[in-house]
Amino acid sequence: MNYSNFLYMREEISLIVLMVVLFLYDLFAGKKALNFFQPVACVLFAIHTALLLLPRGVGEAFGGMYQFNEINIFVKSILNIGTLIVFLLSSNWLKSEGTVHKRGEFFFLTLSTLLGMYFMLSAGNFLMYFIGLETASIPMACLIAFDKYKKVSAEAGAKYILSAAFASGLSLYGISLIYGSVGTLYFNDVPAGITGDPLQIMAFGFFVVGLLFKISLVPFHQWAPDSYEGAPTTVTAYLSVVSKASGAFVLLTLLYKVFGGLMDQWQAILFATIALSITVANLFAIRQKNLKRFLAYSSISQAGYIMLGAIGGTALGMTSLVYFLLVYLFSNLAAFAVISIVEHRSGKINISDYNGFYQTNPRLSVVMTFALFSLAGIPPFAGFFSKFFVFAAAVDKEFYVLVFIALINTVISLYYYLLVVKAMFINPNDAPIASFRSDNYTRLALIITTAGILVLGVASNIYEYISSISYGM
Amino acid sequence: MEYYLVVSAIMMFAGIYGFIVRRSLLGILISIELILNSVDINFMVFNRYLYPDQMEGFFFTLFAIGVSAAETAIAIAICINVYRNLHSIQVKNLDEMKN
Repeated sequence: MNYSNFLYMREEISLIVLMVVLFLYDLFAGKKALNFFQPVACVLFAIHTALLLLPRGVGEAFGGMYQFNEINIFVKSILNIGTLIVFLLSSNWLKSEGTVHKRGEFFFLTLSTLLGMYFMLSAGNFLMYFIGLETASIPMACLIAFDKYKKVSAEAGAKYILSAAFASGLSLYGISLIYGSVGTLYFNDVPAGITGDPLQIMAFGFFVVGLLFKISLVPFHQWAPDSYEGAPTTVTAYLSVVSKASGAFVLLTLLYKVFGGLMDQWQAILFATIALSITVANLFAIRQKNLKRFLAYSSISQAGYIMLGAIGGTALGMTSLVYFLLVYLFSNLAAFAVISIVEHRSGKINISDYNGFYQTNPRLSVVMTFALFSLAGIPPFAGFFSKFFVFAAAVDKEFYVLVFIALINTVISLYYYLLVVKAMFINPNDAPIASFRSDNYTRLALIITTAGILVLGVASNIYEYISSISYGM
Repeated sequence: MEYYLVVSAIMMFAGIYGFIVRRSLLGILISIELILNSVDINFMVFNRYLYPDQMEGFFFTLFAIGVSAAETAIAIAICINVYRNLHSIQVKNLDEMKN
């Protein structure tokens, strides 16, 4: 066996080393040294993120089990940035009474899910893909049920793990039928055996459930609002951004590379799920009172927009999808940063609690407004450009009806995003949330995300870079 | 070979049926186990009868068994946690969050 293959798995190995170091630190460090756990973890993770920027070619290792190319690395760095921001946000929550002794576990579990996503992204075989998917979703259930003594957290965890296991069971059944009809599990060899007979179509239908569940598109979204609401807010941020981004990109690569022969079928499936998830999630989002649940529905409809990029099967589609993921990450994390700091300082989470928020905390409410405008897609912010490119990619392949549905829903979504903005700026309130100063970690996270929202829309070279490394069918 | 596949298909759909109609978390968990085990049978049968000269299906089965064991362990841990908080594992009691 050729051990030099391991050199290609650089980011996975550096992540595992990071996990082991943090684990040992948490286990053996004294009480005083543990006070520095958070900054040390953040700095080490930032170094690990920087390692990804080293240039590397395109190829595969372990006989095709592990594939790497530039767009994979780029998506991995997007996930890394998201995780780093989540780590910064988690500092307040991890310092609080009931969780301070579990601080190390939070980092360990989060990094394990990240490792699973890495493997999922670089998989070249269904076995590898399946193990990555499970490595990403099993520790996620532990993270959701992290607040052990809260009813909602346990309930959310139970709902998540049961639906995740169900979806992965269906997905596995699909993989087994694909294996039966094609005779191989390697992504490189499967396309040659795809003939489009009914067995394969059924197998694909079963298989795709696992990923649609992961990005919570509509027939498989039932778990999302409950899990998002019950989970600790930082975990919700992680779940709605990093987990969803990895699932969306993996679905796109699988559709392009492996199931290219079934294009008509998967376009029909995607058409239905996108139209449904954008519409249904929007209608439900309007009547939400809890801000976390509101953002859960908003993220389901955003998932519909994300997959709109994939439906055409072009290089333009891949570019727009990855760009959308990047913008969505910054906008959604900015919103969650504000929510988590407010929840920590005042314990308030309902939209009506935010009445008069502008009088007491002008800066936070401006950041929140930027984030919501970006999610809604209002021009000066990055969200407008990402939505524009996604629509352009779908129009390019003549999905006029779908784009029309999406456009109407953009207007509807503007209404409920503006409801929150109205609550913060216009609605009067006798006892608004008291003004407070945020700590340095949260401030850093807010600066990063706000800069991302403002800069990404104008900095066209990022889009051009993504465009230069993406590929079509 | 067909007989094995019929058995696994019946297990699979019994699992889906159970997942939908069962009222307790443990019942749902057992249904999920049925689904996962039917997948294992499928892989073994396909490998043994259709592609006897390779081992991919067997390997996949081994990994699937391991992963499903991990999944069940976590699910049971969470069920215990639910029981501690609510003193019940009936699905109808998991209604803290609505809308």
